[in-house]
Amino acid sequence: MGATMAEKILARASGRADAGAGDYVTARPDFVMCGESAAGVYVRMAQAGVDTVWDSDRIVLFLDHYSPAPSVRSANIQKMVREFARRFGIKHFYGERAGICHQAIPELGFAAPGRLILGTDSHATTYGAFGCAGTGIGFAEMAYVFLTGELWLKVPGTIKFIISGTPGRYTMGKDIILHIAGRFGAEAAQYRSVEFHGPAAGALPLSSRMTMANMSVEIGAKFGLFLPDESVFSYLEGRVKGDFKPVFPDPDALYDEVHEVDIEGLTPRVARPPRVDDVVPVDELEDVSIDQAYLGSCTNGRLDDLAAAAEVLRGRKVHERVRLIVTPASYEVYREAMEHGILAAMIDAGGCVCHPGCGACFGGHMGVLAPGETCVSTTNRNFVGRMGSPEARIFLANPYVVAASAVAGRIVNPDAL
Amino acid sequence: MREIQGHVWVFGDNIDTDVIAPGAYLDAPMDETVKHVLEAVRPDFPCGFRPGDIIAAGANFGCGSSRETAPEALKTMGVGAIIARSFARIFFRNAVALGIPVLQVERSPAAFSQGDIVRVNIEDAAVLNLATDETIDGIPLYKDILDIIRVGGVIPLMKEIVEAGRKPGS
Repeated sequence: MGATMAEKILARASGRADAGAGDYVTARPDFVMCGESAAGVYVRMAQAGVDTVWDSDRIVLFLDHYSPAPSVRSANIQKMVREFARRFGIKHFYGERAGICHQAIPELGFAAPGRLILGTDSHATTYGAFGCAGTGIGFAEMAYVFLTGELWLKVPGTIKFIISGTPGRYTMGKDIILHIAGRFGAEAAQYRSVEFHGPAAGALPLSSRMTMANMSVEIGAKFGLFLPDESVFSYLEGRVKGDFKPVFPDPDALYDEVHEVDIEGLTPRVARPPRVDDVVPVDELEDVSIDQAYLGSCTNGRLDDLAAAAEVLRGRKVHERVRLIVTPASYEVYREAMEHGILAAMIDAGGCVCHPGCGACFGGHMGVLAPGETCVSTTNRNFVGRMGSPEARIFLANPYVVAASAVAGRIVNPDAL
Repeated sequence: MREIQGHVWVFGDNIDTDVIAPGAYLDAPMDETVKHVLEAVRPDFPCGFRPGDIIAAGANFGCGSSRETAPEALKTMGVGAIIARSFARIFFRNAVALGIPVLQVERSPAAFSQGDIVRVNIEDAAVLNLATDETIDGIPLYKDILDIIRVGGVIPLMKEIVEAGRKPGS
């Protein structure tokens, strides 16, 4: 019997000849990653009396959720992480100089095909765009990994999505994953891995693959994997740290479910609050007037995303009632967007361009919402209170739609401008 | 592990970690976070919850963020056990890692009413509803997971490793 990507990666990481869905293994990750959550890990280590780490070269640390710190509390949390990095001699400590961890982990060459990366953030599934198994864990478990270099994992069954067809205008990976969430539900891949196959998956730019892998966790997935191809290997040239060995699923691998997803002519999608799986075509959405348009996050803060929005914004102005917040996903994205004149287009249109980081996506700072406000956002979650007030509403959409909506003052397809 | 008895709080499907521990309080001390736990869906929860109370939820409990503050806040409030038709993966792991008794019960929350007194036995994967005198089956936990909960989570496990002056596998 053949194996899925998840089975192969977890077998290798646990030193076994093979591992089948449902097995429990003790896996050794290639790298582990934390943001400010490292402070929470540090607390757990202290509670257990841990004063060493298993390998200071395999721990990658960022300060992305609260950079630059908006409060004394968050400044203190960041201070703890800096102290942690110094105390344990963490080689890969980037502080606030990289951007959102999930964008920076691939950019800095940690995510590579066949690897296993554990992070204290649910969107670690993003690395699946590179054929790299990434998944989220909590502080206490990460403390255990920091101590021992290993963690128990259940080998997940896999759902295979075969994607075919050519999507319509103003459509991106975001719309495909929202379409999948809407069709199969927010729990469709609970405890399981997802593999994206098919000609349309291979035709997607890496930025869109990252969006889909990223939001795989929104349908419950442990991993959201694409098959690594030439675009992945050329991206990694000059970036990747160390050796890697790509894995591919066997033709006779056993899948829990196989679904054909036809995206021929797919139009932009919107997820209505407070559910990621309440998805409708933007053209069929009721009239929704907005107060804020948010462009950024590990889901849609990449260069392609900002370029898409700039394409819509050039020669236009953000509606007088609306604030457009732009938060590039990383320093690299920020710099490239600047060089391409994308940030200038945002500023000319009336947008507010922020420092790279997680920003308002999780309700931390730089664009949180007041009671009664409505936001259209390129982020990943529209839960109650996610971006600030529990009485605010968040509609999820792609960067074209967010930019067009910023101009129109209500949620629209760019075609409608 | 002893049986856990307490009053039930009933919740529906897809209770996410932003609702359990709102992002606005992520940098706040735990004694402030607990004042806002689940308030977005049950404003009476932070004040009405008593230590030992038990949560009985529907599908996908704890979906969303990996924030450990969500199960930690419930643990700090003294949650006796969390029953759900299904758990989101990371929340489940975090709850186990903190030693919170969790049990997947196919008939949750339908088999319970708000305020029912129930007796949870995670070793036997069963819940006795004293209000209806009915025993409701859960899905047995994998033995290693049960062991982690039994010792109180991974922190006691780490203490053992530190005290033994060794690392597993070496």
